[in-house]
Amino acid sequence: MIRLEKRKEPSKLWRIANPFLAVALTMLAGGIMFAMLGKDPFVAIRLIFFDPIFSETFASYSRPQLLIKSAPLILIAVGLAIGFKANVWNIGAEGQYIMGALFGAGVALAFFPAPGWYIFPLMVLAGAFGGFLWAMIPAILKTRFNTNEILVSLLLVYVAERILAAMALGLMRNPDQPGFPGSRDLRRYEAAYNSELIANTGMHWGVVAAIIAVIFAYVMMTRHMLGFHIQLAGQAPRAARFGGVSPARLVIICLGISGALAGLAGMFEVSGPGGQVRIEFASGYGFTAIIVAFLGRLHPIGIVLAGLLLGLTYIGGELSQMMLQLPGAAIQVFQGMLLFFLLALDFQTNYRIRLTQGAHA
Amino acid sequence: MKKLLTAAVLSAALATPALADTTKVGFIYIGPVGDFGWTAGHDRARQELQDHFGDAVETSIVENVDYGADAERVMTQMALSGTDMIFAASFGYGPDVNAVAGRFPNVAFQHATGYIQEHDNISLFDARFYEGRAVLGHIAGKMTETNTIGYIASYPIPAVVSGINSAYLHAKAVNPDVNFRIIWTYSWFDPALEADAAETLIEQGADVIMQHTDSTAAVRVAEDAGVMAFGQASDMVEFGPTAHLSAIVDRWAPYYISRVQALKDGTWEAQNSWMGFAEGIIEMAPWNDRIPAELQEEADGLIAAIAAGEYHPFTGPINRQDGTPWLADGEVADDGALATMDFYVEGITSDFPN
Repeated sequence: MIRLEKRKEPSKLWRIANPFLAVALTMLAGGIMFAMLGKDPFVAIRLIFFDPIFSETFASYSRPQLLIKSAPLILIAVGLAIGFKANVWNIGAEGQYIMGALFGAGVALAFFPAPGWYIFPLMVLAGAFGGFLWAMIPAILKTRFNTNEILVSLLLVYVAERILAAMALGLMRNPDQPGFPGSRDLRRYEAAYNSELIANTGMHWGVVAAIIAVIFAYVMMTRHMLGFHIQLAGQAPRAARFGGVSPARLVIICLGISGALAGLAGMFEVSGPGGQVRIEFASGYGFTAIIVAFLGRLHPIGIVLAGLLLGLTYIGGELSQMMLQLPGAAIQVFQGMLLFFLLALDFQTNYRIRLTQGAHA
Repeated sequence: MKKLLTAAVLSAALATPALADTTKVGFIYIGPVGDFGWTAGHDRARQELQDHFGDAVETSIVENVDYGADAERVMTQMALSGTDMIFAASFGYGPDVNAVAGRFPNVAFQHATGYIQEHDNISLFDARFYEGRAVLGHIAGKMTETNTIGYIASYPIPAVVSGINSAYLHAKAVNPDVNFRIIWTYSWFDPALEADAAETLIEQGADVIMQHTDSTAAVRVAEDAGVMAFGQASDMVEFGPTAHLSAIVDRWAPYYISRVQALKDGTWEAQNSWMGFAEGIIEMAPWNDRIPAELQEEADGLIAAIAAGEYHPFTGPINRQDGTPWLADGEVADDGALATMDFYVEGITSDFPN
């Protein structure tokens, strides 16, 4: 008979081993799926995981692309993870990402076509502020009226999407392109262009910001009193309250940090790889970052690895569609498997499986 | 091991010359090939292209590619993998097509419904959907009993706006009491949103649903609600055998084949093609039997007149929504005006999305 036994403490070994095991299981199950689709599973897995980094034809281009795709995911996920640790559930990073992009682009378009070194720094500040502001709505509603931040932040995503559409069609529309939605291409406005810092490396300011955020988060969570309060509030809210941690203050801080980082990610995207305010500018980074945060065990270093891994499956997924004619849906299933296996395996972090004799009742 | 490697290298080297005549053609799609609408239309043409050339052409596709950085990356990877010609099948890829085309001058780009052409390796092509919309409008105006026509629109771009105007003008011409209700989804493919939009329109009294979005959701909703609908880009009759009156069906294949042939012949050059009934790039799906024979004949006549160039769907007098004159009596809209159209014509009561 199989019996489940709750562990006294979550297993450290499994916590670390599970993500790797999940990747291995995903490769196995994904490989079987690819084979059933009539494709060579080894070629498919190679295209997804190895060719973007090592292939002679693609790597010189797709390696930098990996940074471009992963940086916003990491930047957003690091902020979200801080909140998740404190049981503050910001599900609306997508909306904060959009607002950051709009605020940043708004500054750029207001200055266009003036040159000036100060324009880009102003855009950075505006981007962070836009995301922060959007996150303050659920934060203040929660602390004042005790509303649920999951619902409020999520629903605000749809509001942000509508504002984005309105901006792309109205206020921010490129006056030189009549009839078509979308703003000017910021990549063609030197003072606002978030260009590559070193050519062909994919290193843009958003990548730098992601690295800084990771270090900052790591130090804060391990060395700073605030990090301790956040962990305490998440694990033992009652104890935290007795210890003088103000829950309202934590909600504001957690939502504020994650909102500002998501806003930054949006701003770096719109002024760089994205290039312009378009109706469909938001391509789900804010939601994917939630997966990245959990895949990375809410730990800054783990999030870097998870962000890179997920970025890899996107880029490799496109390659395998193109080279092997795998259907796009198969790639999505493949990505879904990754999270599925991780969550399923996480079970054994908290429980152990015991085989016992039937005597037990 | 070494022997094996040598053999592999040799066989690769031997294989290359045999492939030299193979033209590699890549396609990027905004939706899934299984949308049964717009993307399905392009993929249908890709298959015909493949069948036409056989081994002389190798096609590859990437579906569900978002506008922006993703599109740029996919097209760059296609170019890097030795693709000779790339079909980008949605208007919003414009900036991305131009960015990649600038970096790969030896790759021929074919941008469907495109509007930016900054390099001489980019061809733009489009269909005169407003011609088909005129026919739909005519039928809708005659078939509606509630005098209310629901219109599910995607993006407020000239191709969509001119379609609404054309449908409205031709419905109005046969039914002065007709009224259009328009819902914008700001998406090409979102079945749930399109279904919601269709339900809302039906609640508002619409008994004919038109769509400029790519999924079959609206046709299904119309079928369930017992109202009429038109499909989009592909024949969607199987999703609403009773409701589906007809559809503007895109037939890109002849154009695709001619462009690939031109590339093979070395005569390919950048163009801007805008094709309609005359070129056979759009056609109507078979009329539903519930359309009276007389009306079917009228519709056929309208198509023939447009194809022959005897009639232009935008022939004055036409006023703008605010009542200011746009086209004088007998004046015909020029292509430039249609390709940048950003206003409703007089009589449409909705606000233009701004």
